[in-house]
Amino acid sequence: MPAQGVDSGMPAVNWRPAAPQARVHRARLNAALRAFLSARGLLEVETPILSRGAPLDPGVESWRALAPDGAAGYLQTSPEYPMKRLLADGAGDIFQLARVFRGEEQGPRHNPEFSMLEWYRLDYDHRRLMDEVLELVHAVAGADPDWMRPRRSARYVAYADLYQETLGLDPLSCDVDECMVVAERLGLGIVGQLDRDGWLDALMALVLAPGFAPDALTMVFDYPESQAVLARPCAYAPGYASRFELYWGDLELANGFHELNDPSIFAARCEQDRARRWRNGQAVPDADDLFARAMRAGLPDCAGVALGVDRLLMCLLGETDIARVIDFPWGRA
Amino acid sequence: MASYSTSEFKGGLKILLDGDPQTIVENEFVKPGKGQAFNRVRLRNLRTGRVLEKTFKSGESVEAADVMDTDMQYLYTDGEFWHFMVPDTFEQYAMGQTALGDSAQWLKEQDVCTVTLWNGEPLSVTPPNFVELKIVQCDPGLRGDTAQGGTKPATLETGAVVKVPLFVEEGETVKVDTRSGEYVSRV
Repeated sequence: MPAQGVDSGMPAVNWRPAAPQARVHRARLNAALRAFLSARGLLEVETPILSRGAPLDPGVESWRALAPDGAAGYLQTSPEYPMKRLLADGAGDIFQLARVFRGEEQGPRHNPEFSMLEWYRLDYDHRRLMDEVLELVHAVAGADPDWMRPRRSARYVAYADLYQETLGLDPLSCDVDECMVVAERLGLGIVGQLDRDGWLDALMALVLAPGFAPDALTMVFDYPESQAVLARPCAYAPGYASRFELYWGDLELANGFHELNDPSIFAARCEQDRARRWRNGQAVPDADDLFARAMRAGLPDCAGVALGVDRLLMCLLGETDIARVIDFPWGRA
Repeated sequence: MASYSTSEFKGGLKILLDGDPQTIVENEFVKPGKGQAFNRVRLRNLRTGRVLEKTFKSGESVEAADVMDTDMQYLYTDGEFWHFMVPDTFEQYAMGQTALGDSAQWLKEQDVCTVTLWNGEPLSVTPPNFVELKIVQCDPGLRGDTAQGGTKPATLETGAVVKVPLFVEEGETVKVDTRSGEYVSRV
């Protein structure tokens, strides 16, 4: 047996859990989340982690899994598709606490495997669901007297107003050059070619979100249609989609939609995503045909949201590294 | 030419950027839930020593810097240049004050240092972690101050000034940790 401290060239991986202090808090948080949604009449559901198809959204990468017979499957990046198949079948208001997997995402705010709370509300639009998301965060933050609480009043800001007021940029009409001028003025140098949405993402992640009040919840809503993903076009704001994101301080916690249920727009967006992936040199996964069929059969009018549970736990405990709230983060898993 | 993708970025990696060799000090993955991923990187320019922040679109590749660490013996300084020699080959290299930076204050003739070469040119020098240097000037020690308590500044033979315990005397040789600039013990 090698003596302790002998350098074998590779740092030894600790077999012990990394977050014993957070464990009890995680259990308490999961219980509080379930209690909040169950009390409002939502049904807890379970759907497969492993499926035959994957989303084409260029912003998320799926882990591929190989079956013993060589057939490909994918680990879910969110439980959205099967939950929407439940909705299309008439399941009503539902929620799920799921484990999801995303590409090579790893860092102080990312672990490739994480916990997601996703829920759907029939006959809600994104505005109404935004209010419920804030109610949930405030309610669960009160479940333990030791947890951090966000400021009582949240900031609601439209995506366009945020870019216009902070950067003087119109997110719909601006071009790449205009974004670059703004970035240069802010001392933000980026290596690599970005399209307009890439620049808007950079400005959000590196400039705008870091400017959000650290102890407050910020709700950004009505994203450009080019970033709609599965949100429906905004009825009152042409060029925008009914999508929102919740931030606690500068940490992105949740993403929600007034759900797209027009199968022809869905088909067109799939084609755009396929083209974008091809342009970016990204792999194009097998599309989920069963989900596409459910969309054609008819998704009821509803709004849905996905919330990162590990990140919420970070905020409640005042932690800045996600590995401090996960017992076996990637690398120790 | 070798290159690195952003997914290989980690502290200590040496890349070529804006024509200069740079070492990655810190690398953070930044990504909106549904959007473009970035690597936010703190880099130290190995030529100028300056630290800067750069953001890379994830998936980009950058050229690797042909940077190599070589053990060399410090020979002497002529006031303008500091001269080093590779013990095996007797090959000699000269470095100016800018490349040398703060390392100059720890260099004692015959000591073996690590010299970082870029395309065969010396970029910087790392002195040994511990050096033994003679005190050329310090205030006299006080009786009774043998164990703990205060410190006093001492000037070493190379010009470096370190804090030493009160009982240490001028003319003595002390061991110093060059990474922290702290006194370790008497020799």
